[in-house]
Amino acid sequence: MSAQTVLFDLPGPRARRRQRIGTVIGVLLILGLVGLALWRLGANGQLDPNRWAILFDPAAGVPQALWEALLNTLAVAAVGMVAATVLGALLAVGRLSDHAWVRAPVTLVIEFFRAVPLLVLILFCLLFLPTVGVSMTAFRALALGLTLYNMAVLAEIFRAGILSVDRGQREAAFALGMRKSQVMTLVLLPQAVRRMLPVLVAQLVVLLKDSSLGFIVGYVELLRQARSLVEFFNFQFGNIYTFQLYTAAALIYIIVNVLLSQLARWVESRTRRDTRSAAGKGELPAEVQMDGGGGMVAEPGGR
Amino acid sequence: MDFLSDNIDLLWGAFLTTLSLAVVSGLCALVLGTVLAGMRVSPVPPLRGLATFYVEVFRNTPLTVVFFFLVFGIVQIDLQFPSRFAAAVAALSLYTAAFVCEALRSGINAVPPGQAEAARALGLDFGQTLRTIVLPQAFRTVVPPLGNVWIALAKNTSIAAGFAVADLTAALQRLSNANADRLLLVFAAIVAGYLAITLPSAWAIRVIEKRVAIIR
Repeated sequence: MSAQTVLFDLPGPRARRRQRIGTVIGVLLILGLVGLALWRLGANGQLDPNRWAILFDPAAGVPQALWEALLNTLAVAAVGMVAATVLGALLAVGRLSDHAWVRAPVTLVIEFFRAVPLLVLILFCLLFLPTVGVSMTAFRALALGLTLYNMAVLAEIFRAGILSVDRGQREAAFALGMRKSQVMTLVLLPQAVRRMLPVLVAQLVVLLKDSSLGFIVGYVELLRQARSLVEFFNFQFGNIYTFQLYTAAALIYIIVNVLLSQLARWVESRTRRDTRSAAGKGELPAEVQMDGGGGMVAEPGGR
Repeated sequence: MDFLSDNIDLLWGAFLTTLSLAVVSGLCALVLGTVLAGMRVSPVPPLRGLATFYVEVFRNTPLTVVFFFLVFGIVQIDLQFPSRFAAAVAALSLYTAAFVCEALRSGINAVPPGQAEAARALGLDFGQTLRTIVLPQAFRTVVPPLGNVWIALAKNTSIAAGFAVADLTAALQRLSNANADRLLLVFAAIVAGYLAITLPSAWAIRVIEKRVAIIR
């Protein structure tokens, strides 16, 4: 049901006129604000094409530096994604285990890592682990922090997916004489993966966004690179490229994330088509994804 | 335990900073998010477009980048927040509002269409339908997702530490330099601070959910 069509009547001539007037005023207002911002920028000389040209000037080394930083960002996110997915799947199976001595500690681990802020986890890896003899770099700390946090979140997603498979499937598989591992790998997982794919991809987008925390712990990802470029140019030419470089870094982040989100949406539309015949009820809760997100409130699939 | 007694002032102050950061930004985000949700379902196309654009941009921008712009970026156009705390509240509110809007919109969609149709049949206009009929029911159904957003917000306040706000994570960085031999204790104290916010919240949200849930 789309709210758009239910919440209001189709506008009549007078309402349409009112709307049109409102639209014009609103557009003028927004244009005014944008104009004001542009005017301020122009007054400060920020719109000077020479200032923006440096972003595309290979001689100044800026495109290379930003490209390298983007690769660094993607590298740490990729390591985190793979490790977190594998560990998350293992933890999910552990949490669904029949044996309390497996279930209890795994549950504790999941709940703990979900409750701690990601930045605190990363700092823990960076500051504490070296004191017990684990050598740490900013890259490792960031990757480890991302992995630990997201494996807990992903474990919950996997678990919700497995629990959302119709109960009859599992019972039928046991009735056929399958072993527990067979039921899981042959019957439950193939159906569960399909259902949780959209949420899974969404969480991986969140992970990519979170890699920007590298800025705070000194890993040379996009933001940190932009900052050091700014410092370098400020030293040489004074404060003239700051705004341009920050804008470039932010735009790159937004573009990459929008692309990944589109991928998630595409995957969702595909899986929806595929599962049209599957048990209709109990769609995965389209939980609102927010980085550092996932709470301890709604136990997904806890019925 | 002399560590705790030595630093109790610092820790308590940091805890209060984190808590007030979360509460103030939570309230701002709730108001802004509700307005955005109303815009997203409104009959005026430009309002819908604007709200959709806002949500798409902020959902795809890392919170660190939002912070970064409000702290280092807008100085370039001669704007400045009165304090770092205000900048942190602005960043957290703007970012979280997008998620509040999405949660509320799913709630609005979950209200049975008959409700809005009946409201329209009674002659209520869009604003009245939304305010008196649809939103009150939507809020009751979105308690769990809004709760998740709130808890995520409480954890996200930690990023403010990277931008010179003296919250719990900043206290962590300071204490870990001074107490290198008792790092584990420092971390335990900080994590306990965060848990002191999130665990009671989770409990309270569950209670609220049970009380207001609409059984259909």
